[in-house]
Amino acid sequence: MARLNTLRYGRAAVLTLTGAYFLVPLACAVAFSIGAGVPGQDIGFEAYTGILTAGGFTDSLALTLELAAATIVLVLGLLVPALITVRLAAPRLRTLVEIVCLLPLVVPAVALVAGFSAVLGWGSDHFVGTPLFQVLVELQNPQFPLVLVLAYTLMALPLAYRTLDTGLAAIDLRVLVEAARACGAPWPRTLLHVVLPNLRGALLNTAFLTLALVLGEYTVAAILGYQPFAVWILAISGSQAQMSVAVSVMGLLVTWVLLLIIATAGRARRPKETS
Amino acid sequence: MTDLMTDPETISRTRTGATVEFRGLRRSFGATTALDGLDLTVEPGELVALLGPSGCGKTTALRTLAGFERPDSGKVLVDGEDITGVPAHRRNAGMVFQSYSLFPHLTAIDNVAFGLRMSGIGRATRRARAAELLELVGLPQHAGRFPHQMSGGQQQRIALARALALRPRVLLLDEPLSALDAQVRLTLREEIRRLQQQLGITTMFVTHDQEEALSMADRVAVMCAGRLEQCAPPAELYERPATAFVAEFVGVMSRIPARAGADDGTVDVCGRTLPVNGTLPGAAEVAGGKGEVDVLVRPEAVEVTADGEGTSRIVGASFLGATTRLTVRLADGGEVTADVPTHTATTLPVGAAVTLRLPDRPVLVDRRRGNGGGDRG
Repeated sequence: MARLNTLRYGRAAVLTLTGAYFLVPLACAVAFSIGAGVPGQDIGFEAYTGILTAGGFTDSLALTLELAAATIVLVLGLLVPALITVRLAAPRLRTLVEIVCLLPLVVPAVALVAGFSAVLGWGSDHFVGTPLFQVLVELQNPQFPLVLVLAYTLMALPLAYRTLDTGLAAIDLRVLVEAARACGAPWPRTLLHVVLPNLRGALLNTAFLTLALVLGEYTVAAILGYQPFAVWILAISGSQAQMSVAVSVMGLLVTWVLLLIIATAGRARRPKETS
Repeated sequence: MTDLMTDPETISRTRTGATVEFRGLRRSFGATTALDGLDLTVEPGELVALLGPSGCGKTTALRTLAGFERPDSGKVLVDGEDITGVPAHRRNAGMVFQSYSLFPHLTAIDNVAFGLRMSGIGRATRRARAAELLELVGLPQHAGRFPHQMSGGQQQRIALARALALRPRVLLLDEPLSALDAQVRLTLREEIRRLQQQLGITTMFVTHDQEEALSMADRVAVMCAGRLEQCAPPAELYERPATAFVAEFVGVMSRIPARAGADDGTVDVCGRTLPVNGTLPGAAEVAGGKGEVDVLVRPEAVEVTADGEGTSRIVGASFLGATTRLTVRLADGGEVTADVPTHTATTLPVGAAVTLRLPDRPVLVDRRRGNGGGDRG
């Protein structure tokens, strides 16, 4: 009994410490954003209400969400077919694919962006007037910088690989595919009606992780000179400190809500009858 | 199981069993040869069991018929038509797998209707047909359950219904019972057989369980190292094995050293001269000289009598119910398995000296193997 109590207190202590570690800075941020403790200022939510009207908020958020959507499509479009093929047809390539996918983990964002800048620089140095120059220019289109999508895809690969690979390991892929084929389903329909529905959780998780990564990414975008959400937050923090914190808090809440939605979608996965 | 509420005629109406032929199938995976020139013909409406030790190529043969493996050479014919190059989804072969293969995201009825959905049949029609098939396998009340809510036996029944949904020309069963427990296995195997006969569908059944093969199949094809050893009805396989491998793989077979008789056609064994019933390949040439051979005997054909002067000794006994299986060590060290009625086994304790006798019937002879290596049950 005494031991049980000790255990209980121990747990409570750990929980309190961890909770404090996360919650205290968060609470301070919220307090600061509503003006608590700032001399000569009333408590108010101007920082939050002002977000929508602040210059650049809508543009940067829209850009970030577009980039995130494109990155998710690209990551899933690359990895899902690749991982399924590796599992079904070329199991020996698995280690290679794993190494390639995990490689971005060891390349710091700064090194990555230095590489990108160098490659983009070739355009004006060596390829002026060639189609390649056009391609490189198009990649850096300020309306929708594809180069960021490429960079984010690279950066998302390790997380996406892990999640998808775990999802694939949880189902008996080969048997499911063969069962579908024996039922007369050609390859595309097998993928669409059997494999993807059973990877639902993994797909949603991958999408979420990628979204979170793109929402929070700063280094690459800032160095390449674009202004998505994270860069914008830092930009306005110089002039409107409270608002930048308010935006961060909102960002945190939005991310959290998205996570909850995805977790719920992954759990309540019994679809309506389809036949 | 449940009585059939569906008239089987409505289901088998459009179906006639197909002929399946394997011609010289070869397939190797790297250094291992899975199929080494397999020839086999399955008649319409027949259930043929592919039996063999693991790695003998039986599953590869079945998967080649399903279209999941391509042979390196050779042909697969269904009703005389070469389907070697036809992709799996156009072969119209129903398949039940060893592992539970139901689609986890679909209910039982949606699983059964999956094939119909893929072939573009309307929703109402496919639901009606799927419901009909669920009746057929005795699980109409499980239509709305998901695979994880059903037992292994139920899942395999649903898988069977799914395989039958498209009225396939052939039904392929890849060890469908081996993941189930003994009781379920027995009922399900009777049920598969009943359905198969009712529908008259040509069926290939892969198994490594010889009891399953012998009890269900019209013919059993015994395979070894990628080749067909023998394909025969169960009784014939048991009584007249064509090769030493079949003799020792199917059922229990013991070897008793013997001496070929002076003139061809008899053999001296256990102190008596018996006619030779069959000679396994390779026995004749080795039996030259003074004719050192082995006689192959089933445990039920060996009579054991207590005999203080006997040169053989009982070294083991296991109770099987009506009979007791004795292991008898011969003078030369070889071991023979013998089944005796349990009531006489009490007079034959372990350690007793005994004499073996064979009944006055023709015997199967093989060339002498090794140093009295004996029993290979």
